[in-house]
Order: sequence, then C-alpha cells, then structure tokens
Amino acid sequence: MSPHGNPEAPASGAAEINREAPKASPAPEQSAPAEHHDRSAWGLWEVFVRSSRGLSHVHAGSLHAPDAAMALRNARDLYTRRNEGVSIWVVPADAIAASDPDSKGSFFESPQGKDYRHATYYTKSEGVKHL
Amino acid sequence: MAAQNLQSVPAEPTADQTQAQAAQQEADTAGQAHFDRVIAEDSRIEPKDWMPAAYRKTLLRQVSQHAHSEIIGMQPEANWISRAPSLKRKSILMAKVQDEAGHGLYLYSAAETLGQSRDKMMDDLIAGKARYSSIFNYPALTWADMGAIGWLVDGAAICNQVPLCRASYGPYGRAMVRICKEESFHQRQGFEILLELSNGTAAQKQMAQDAVNRWYAPALMMFGPPDDDSPNSKQSMAWNIKRFSNDELRSRFVGMMVEQVRVLGLTLPDDQVRYNEDTKKWEHGPLDWHEFQEVLAGRGPCNAQRLERRREAHDDGAWVREAAAAYAAKQVNKQKEYAA
Repeated sequence: MSPHGNPEAPASGAAEINREAPKASPAPEQSAPAEHHDRSAWGLWEVFVRSSRGLSHVHAGSLHAPDAAMALRNARDLYTRRNEGVSIWVVPADAIAASDPDSKGSFFESPQGKDYRHATYYTKSEGVKHL
Repeated sequence: MAAQNLQSVPAEPTADQTQAQAAQQEADTAGQAHFDRVIAEDSRIEPKDWMPAAYRKTLLRQVSQHAHSEIIGMQPEANWISRAPSLKRKSILMAKVQDEAGHGLYLYSAAETLGQSRDKMMDDLIAGKARYSSIFNYPALTWADMGAIGWLVDGAAICNQVPLCRASYGPYGRAMVRICKEESFHQRQGFEILLELSNGTAAQKQMAQDAVNRWYAPALMMFGPPDDDSPNSKQSMAWNIKRFSNDELRSRFVGMMVEQVRVLGLTLPDDQVRYNEDTKKWEHGPLDWHEFQEVLAGRGPCNAQRLERRREAHDDGAWVREAAAAYAAKQVNKQKEYAA
C-alpha cells in the first residue's frame, strides 16, 4: 500500500458488519515482564503551571516520566498546548506530603469560631470612609 | 481452673483481630457516613477519601474505558493526516489527534488516583481485555468522514462529557473540564469540513451526505444502551457520576443535530426524527442494538485492526522508553559519582 493509501478502506462499512468475524486476538504475553521493568523506571510527577507572570503556579495534573527534564518536556506538551502557561514546575509525586483527610476536623479546627480574624466581624465602623 | 484455661489459649491475637475488625467497621461506618454526606451535598470525593468499593470499581471502569477510547480514537483520524486536502487541514488534524492523546493521558492520570497503575491499564488495552467506545471500530472511508467524526462523534462526546465535568469524583471532573474546553474546536472543525463539502461540487456534497449517513446511527449509540437496558446507570446517577440518563442525552443530541444539519444543507438519515410535544423530547428512529453489542464484543468492522495498530505503536515506542530510562539511570549514576 502506498504511504498515501487509506488503510481503512478495505474494512467493511457499518452496514456490512461481519457477524462471524473472530474477536480480536489477544496480544502475545511473553514480552510483558521486560516491559514492566522498563516502565517502572517512569515515576509519577505532579505538574504545576503558572498561567501568567504575577500569578502562582497552580496544580494542573500529573504525568509519568523517567527524569525531571523529560517530565518538564512532557508537561509542556500535555498541559500547555494552548499557551496555558509561562512557567512549569514538576515535582515527584512521592515528595509531596499531604494532610490526612480523615483528620479534617481537628487539623483545621484552629480558625473555627475566630470570626474576629475577618474584617467583616467589625461592623461598628460601617459608613466611615476609607476604613 | 477457668482462668488458667483462658490464659493457656492464645487469646491475645484473637482479641487483637476482633479489635482490628471492630476498628475497621467503625472506620467504614464513619467513612460511609462522610461519603453519603458529601454526595448528598453534591460536593466532590477526592482520592484519599473513603469511598465504597463499588463506587471505586465503577469509576475505575468508566474512567479507564474513557481513556482507552481517547487513545484508540486517534486512529481513524491519524489515518487521514497524510491525505488532508491542504496544509491548513493537515495542521488542524494533527492538533486534534494530539489533543486526543492528551485527553487519554489526563484520564489515565485520573484513573490512577483510584489505585490502578497506568501500566496495568495499558497492558489490559493491548491484551484486548479492556473496552473502549464502540464508535472507533468503524472505518473512516473518505475525507468527509473527518467532518462527520468531528461534527457527530465529537458532538455526541461533548453532549455526554459536559455533565461529567460535575461528576462527584474530583479528579475525573477536573479532567473533563480540561477536555471539554479543548473538544469544542474539534466539533467546529468537523462542521466546517462538512459545510465546505456541502457547498462544493455535487460529488463533494454527496460525499458529505454519505459520511453523515454512515456516522449518524453509531454516534447516537455512543450514549449507551436504552435506559431500560442500562443496569448501571441508576446507581451511577445516585452517586452523581452521571447526571442524565443515556436516552435523555441522546434525545438532546438529536435535537441539536436537527438544527445544525439544516445549516449544513444536508439531511439526517432518519425519517422518524420528531419533537414530541407531550414529552418535550426529541425522538429518533430505531437503532440496531444488536450491532452495538457485536461491536462492543469485539466483532465490529475495525476492532482487530485498531488493537493491532495499538500494539504496533506500543512496540515501535519500546526503544524510546528504554532509551529514556537508560538515560535517566545514567544521569543518576553520574550525580552519585560527583557526590562521591
């Protein structure tokens, strides 16, 4: 077939589905273990993108890459195809320490009931200019 | 005597086990209560939250199948890149196919947060164990198919995906927001291809109509089986994963297409399309659900071809993965040498 031929063409149209067609054959299994070994070197990276100067980097998603340089390049291709960013950070996912969602209550308890930390708590100055 | 007996049996592990079981049960009850509250508030579940095993399983299936669909979905269009009629169309098609790859990767990331490794998902796809959308097992026969795929297939996908932006699982919803933003260009470029062909020569217009005729029914079937025959839908809706039923979304889609096909100067290959004043819903002619099941079961026109191509691509990319891993290892060793 010429490089410009249509490899789709020989297939039958929707109306002519071959009911007897065999189910797609399973892939050969033998190469799987070696593959696994190769790919296990590709760690998970979290990607943070700064959309423009003056703004913070914001978490955009994650990806797999063998090292930081490749992670940055992959992040550029995956998360900034439409000028979404001027700067990218990539961080190995396992380097991130996260608060435990189960301890939600106690961990974030401190600000509870401390309305006086917000300007809206102080109402007597309402109507006073420049305050 | 009784006390002695008690001491002689290994009572402690049993007590520990009972305690652990009790603790687990307590955690599950608390977890379930938190989960129920989050769902009732229409808030979002995040990866580290407790979630019912069935919820995790349902999402993992849905998100990974969605990811596979994006990856396999590159093929019908990538096939036309070398034969696009102009440099502009070629660039557009390449951008679109690159987007599909990106969408697959966003979704694999989301699926991974549910505890499945990406390698396992990839292996399942390549081994033919995983499902993907039935639509990509139909052939793209002419250039007009690039128009019909963009307009009908991406159109149906958008209709399905916009409500998924509000799916109760945070990472899935966030991936869908990103995908939907990018997807709208896909549908518009398809519409433009059809419009240009429709305003071209008689033969070009015929080619556009032929493509619409072939893709119409498979696109409607993308929404999944009728509601009476979709056992998982109800639970998915209760969990706020799905927001609308298959038939509801299909009906909406038909309504949109009725309007748009007029602008195209083409027709839908369905003389039973009508607006039902009583139900306030669009109705369409019967669909061949036997065909749908056959294609899903692996007996569609292109199933074998699509999987074969996916395997080839995976094997062709092996040297890149190996080289990248070897280079990364070498860099680590160099750094160690400097440090020493």
